[in-house]
Amino acid sequence: MAKDVIKAFGQGETVVRALDNVSVEIKTGEFFTLLGPSGCGKTTLLRLIAGFEMPSSGQILIDGQDVTGQPPNQRAVNTVFQSYALFPHLSVAENIGFGLKMKGVAKAEIDSTVKEMLALVKLEAMAGRKTSQLSGGQQQRVALARALAPRPKVLLLDEPLSALDLKLRKEMQVELKRLQTETGITFVFVTHDQEEALTMSDRIAVMSAGRIQQLGAPREIYTKPRNRFVASFIGETNFLNATAVAGGGKLASGQVIAADTAGKSGPVTLAVRPEHVTITAADEAGAIPAEVLGSVYFGTDMNYQLALPDGSEIEACVQSGVSGEASIAKGAKVGIRFAPGSVLLLED
Amino acid sequence: MADKTFEVSRLPGFATTAVLVFVALYLPICTLVFYSFNAGSTLSVWQGFSWRWYIDAWENDQVQAAALRSLQIAISASFIATVVATMAALATTRRKAFRGQTAIYAFINQPLMVPEIVTAVALMILFGVIKAYTGYQGLWYLILAHSAFCVPFAYLPIRARLEGMDLSLESAAADLYANPWQTFRFVTLPLLAPGIAAGAMLAFVISLDDVVITEFVKSAGQDTLPTYMLGQLRRTLTPEVNAISTGLLVLTVLLLIGFSLINRKKN
Amino acid sequence: MAATPGAAITGQSEAERLLEARSTRNAWALSAPALILLFCAAAGPLLIVLVYSFLTKGPTGGVVWEFSTEAWLGVLYTRDIFNDGNLVLADAHLTIFWRSVKISLLTTLITFAVGFPTAWFIATRPPKARAFWLFLITIPFWTNLLIRTFAITEIIRNEGLLNKALIGIGLISAPIRLMNTDTAVLIGMAYVYLPLMVLPLFAAIDRFDMRLLEAGYDLYASRLQVLRHVVLPIVKPGIIAGSILVFIPSLGAYVTPRVLGGGKNMMIGNFIELQFGQGRNWPLGAALSMALLLVVMLAMILYVRTATKGGKSHG
Repeated sequence: MAKDVIKAFGQGETVVRALDNVSVEIKTGEFFTLLGPSGCGKTTLLRLIAGFEMPSSGQILIDGQDVTGQPPNQRAVNTVFQSYALFPHLSVAENIGFGLKMKGVAKAEIDSTVKEMLALVKLEAMAGRKTSQLSGGQQQRVALARALAPRPKVLLLDEPLSALDLKLRKEMQVELKRLQTETGITFVFVTHDQEEALTMSDRIAVMSAGRIQQLGAPREIYTKPRNRFVASFIGETNFLNATAVAGGGKLASGQVIAADTAGKSGPVTLAVRPEHVTITAADEAGAIPAEVLGSVYFGTDMNYQLALPDGSEIEACVQSGVSGEASIAKGAKVGIRFAPGSVLLLED
Repeated sequence: MADKTFEVSRLPGFATTAVLVFVALYLPICTLVFYSFNAGSTLSVWQGFSWRWYIDAWENDQVQAAALRSLQIAISASFIATVVATMAALATTRRKAFRGQTAIYAFINQPLMVPEIVTAVALMILFGVIKAYTGYQGLWYLILAHSAFCVPFAYLPIRARLEGMDLSLESAAADLYANPWQTFRFVTLPLLAPGIAAGAMLAFVISLDDVVITEFVKSAGQDTLPTYMLGQLRRTLTPEVNAISTGLLVLTVLLLIGFSLINRKKN
Repeated sequence: MAATPGAAITGQSEAERLLEARSTRNAWALSAPALILLFCAAAGPLLIVLVYSFLTKGPTGGVVWEFSTEAWLGVLYTRDIFNDGNLVLADAHLTIFWRSVKISLLTTLITFAVGFPTAWFIATRPPKARAFWLFLITIPFWTNLLIRTFAITEIIRNEGLLNKALIGIGLISAPIRLMNTDTAVLIGMAYVYLPLMVLPLFAAIDRFDMRLLEAGYDLYASRLQVLRHVVLPIVKPGIIAGSILVFIPSLGAYVTPRVLGGGKNMMIGNFIELQFGQGRNWPLGAALSMALLLVVMLAMILYVRTATKGGKSHG
């Protein structure tokens, strides 16, 4: 869909590349998520697809057709805005029917589509209300219905859940997924919330500094992060500096950690999730000796900070005991193990 | 005092001063209104209530003509000023800064910065030359002059309204298949309407109130209400002037109430 | 359009530049009617005044198209007719300038002295009451200046309310003659320009974070110390804005001094008018207008400098 897209802002010396040669193909009917921190270029990419911005170079294709130079009102793409951007001077029904009215659709057809959309987002009773009389969650539904009413080929969602509180956000995640399945429309969803991305998406593109860092299914992104950025942005990760040896990486203090380092040599970065670190007795065979630096209670879990013999620090996440007390005292000498296959070799 | 809470924002003597200021502000105006109902013909001796001076003013041909002229000028000038100010506001807000934008701001606000007497003299000279050449003596000189100094007053509320407007609304319209004209017609204009109404009202009041520029620009026999009243100063004042003033005052207050209602609705 | 990966992009593409150029052109086109109107009927004519100030005066008003600096010299000097036309300082002119500056400064001071407590009072009311008090200030603000001047006349006339009241309580036996004095002009100016001081002060105080007062009291400041060291420095931009808004129109005032000062207690505005009327010295009137404009512009520049130096720019 987007091909070799570069979007640069500024001129001459001060050029900032908001998007640096991004190419991504989004499949028809999938729930596709652009995930990344603010300023990573995800919203710029969305605005390029919608037609609010023009690429500095490259093309935007929809259904194989080049739409690069087309203004937004000629693209079969609709957006759910972060602020919802509901027209305050129009009623809920008028908001939903706006796109169809602009397209010149007959009034009877607009009315029936609006009805259908109101049913879809369960707001039948609100048709005549002003949008300012609605709650945040209801406004969100109107925004969705308005964008879906013209039956776009692609629905773009720009952090639509960020203004909602936690409970409502969870509900809307389920709701969005349902709507996507029911309508079969391609959703392109922008978020900085990794949990949102992991629970809803068919595929995720993790972005940083104007580039796509990794593209894949949620499970793949979480379990096989390709580089340091992806590993640290999605979930908690310990990084270990090691030297590639046969069958793993060797720490500066001599211990070898098992990992797939085939074909590598020299310094490498290993990554392991805290929940894959187990704490054992100090003298257990094969365990790496470590010292407990401290612990933090998280309710279901207990996080231990540990120092390895090479001086680096890692975290281990252990399920809390019944009492919630730290079972291992600060300063205790322990051993640690990594779950088999949990240690990954990162690209950089 | 001991059981009184310490009111943080209270400063000694401030409330008293403020109340005195409000009294001083309204006492003269109330006196003026009060004597407009005087049955006698002086401004100092109260001789009972009467509508006499209002009737006199109403039946005075000169006052009638001046009032109609004032309205004609104020309506035309506020219309022209509001139209051009709306266009300028649309051009200068909510966009990337461009070369010359500051110059446009300065130019639009220029009538607020130049002393009125200076503009008045300048217009008198210019229009005097044009009058001599063309022989045209009509109202358009006044209408143009009023339109010009009303522009900043119309521009400010419209611009404020535009700046407070959510940019994504127009994006949303474009996204929903509205072409630029439809976006303007169905989204921008309806949302801007309160600002335009407010701007037009302010321009109307400002035009209606003008004395100095009108006094210098008008041709013979083109008195507006304010210049008519200024002219009356040379004679012995009768409560007729109070009656006219009260009429203008009531009109201004009504417009202001309308203005603040529009503003409230927007919030 | 597809670029080879990694190709150097030096900024916007040609299409983006064209789009931006078009939008800038549209902005100018949309602003054009306003700019033309203002040029024809506000800013442009000032140039004519500038030209006139360098011409020779006509015998019965108007100008003769001959270059002359006589009018500009005439702003401050006059020719001594007994002494070969030597230049001497024009006392009459200086008196008028001094009166204008003095009355304008005093007006600014008085309006600040009573306007600050008033603005503070309004800003510290509960929201509903605040809207009411603010509305009370805006009514005079939008009311015809001439009407307000008439209104104050009725108070300070010999037979006015003030004298009646003073005689009534036995403080004086004969009315105080106020009309046609500098004091009358000053009272009138302070009265008509007060709202111009209160509104920007209110805006500044309204933005003032009242919790800072608590911090001040917490740190042992008295009420006056808090006012002096916390409030005034923070609302300074509002004070400057109010002062400028009062001082500039005061300096160019025409209506109020004409009504309250009579023919004799002229200010610059009336003096300018005189040159175009009975004085029949248009070039001098033009030069005086330009001089007034110059002073006002200098005051504005000073204001903008001070306002931006404080790091706070506002309306």
